[in-house]
Amino acid sequence: MLIKYVPVLFLLALSIFFAVFVVFLSHLLGPKRVHPVKAAPYECGMISLGPTHQAIPIKYYIIAMLFLVFDLEVVFLYPWAVVFRELGIFGFVEMMIFIFILLLGFIYVWRKGALEWE
Amino acid sequence: MELVYFLIEAVVKVVVVFAVLMGTVAYLTLVERKVLGHIQVRYGPNRVGPFGLLQPIADGIKAFFKEEVVPAKADKTIFIIAPMISIVAALCLFAVIPFGDKIEIFGRTVSLTIADLDIGLLYVFGIASLGEYGVVLGGWSGYNKYGVIGALRAAAQMISYELALGLSVIGVLMISGTLNLGEIVQRQAGGHWNVLYQPFAFIFYLVCAIAEINRTPFDMPEAEAELACGFNIEYSSMKFSLFFMAEYAHLVAVCAIATTLFLGGWHGPFLPPSLSWIWFVIKTGVLVYFCIWERGTFPRLRYDQIMKLGWKVLLPLTLANIFFTGLIMVL
Repeated sequence: MLIKYVPVLFLLALSIFFAVFVVFLSHLLGPKRVHPVKAAPYECGMISLGPTHQAIPIKYYIIAMLFLVFDLEVVFLYPWAVVFRELGIFGFVEMMIFIFILLLGFIYVWRKGALEWE
Repeated sequence: MELVYFLIEAVVKVVVVFAVLMGTVAYLTLVERKVLGHIQVRYGPNRVGPFGLLQPIADGIKAFFKEEVVPAKADKTIFIIAPMISIVAALCLFAVIPFGDKIEIFGRTVSLTIADLDIGLLYVFGIASLGEYGVVLGGWSGYNKYGVIGALRAAAQMISYELALGLSVIGVLMISGTLNLGEIVQRQAGGHWNVLYQPFAFIFYLVCAIAEINRTPFDMPEAEAELACGFNIEYSSMKFSLFFMAEYAHLVAVCAIATTLFLGGWHGPFLPPSLSWIWFVIKTGVLVYFCIWERGTFPRLRYDQIMKLGWKVLLPLTLANIFFTGLIMVL
């Protein structure tokens, strides 16, 4: 029944229209007094030094990779949770073994210090 | 013919939800400033209109007439699109939320939800994740050091708490056996609210949700004192307002979803089915008030504390919650 999704598209269209319309309207109504100082990056009045887009601490990459691993686990849990009652004790034990294996990886990550922010 | 009625009904519902939501978001800014003001023993806005009731309108008009500044080095396309992504993602969340029981209008049975999707909760998490792009791209594209730091923090924080958020509702799914939000509400009829069976999951959900929408005490991405507003630092005029509207719409959305999943949705005593949406509004309002209240109560956490809470406390606890829920259910 794909027809059910049509109202979602209506809401999506209305939200996009609203966002574009509002930004466009403020573009029309607002004053335009361009000045190079105004267009410079705001750093509390100091003149900006050095590049802005520079190397990112490795921590953020590690967090992103860990997220991918564990979010897949979460996604996998959703269909399991929905049919949990039908699966009974077999499904429960099965999933606990799966979570336990992932938990070993989690403990490894923890012990390795990937979750420390110093 | 039935199709035409269906489409008309859909358009009407979308417009009504959109209009109510816009009014709610506008006045939520006033409510938040008023409540915070009284918590801090001051009045809050009270100059524009009686009790400051016209303040949101004045703010809106002001935002429209502000100059829009686009930094010279900004990635202009992404810079303009980012706030739009934020607001669109926040508004689209409301497509699946059941606001009330079925009602009769002009001899037609109308369900008070825009789209009664079977994958309701997956839709919610999918769309909510898209909102992160607005924050991250907005901070990144402005070519500002504070903005980039804010965007980085936002990215790491939101994905970390998304894990625990996703895990915290699994217990509810195990009890309800469906992803359809309307059916989850139906299963809670007669006072069998999920919060009674999943009290810890409710607490985990609230904490993660507050972190997910970057509110105090987890507002690291914008931390005024150190990042001078963080990811939205270079924004002005209506683009800035769009970020704020998105934030408040998100706040209402997570509270509405908490009501749906844990607090029995529109179920409640005393009111006939046609007025059941009033219970939904009351419950959501109480949760929204709680979010404002805790903002006036808790100091901001340090970034390492936030990440520690997300990964080392909430993630194991939500997994333990799933384990014990499952254990009790199979025994």
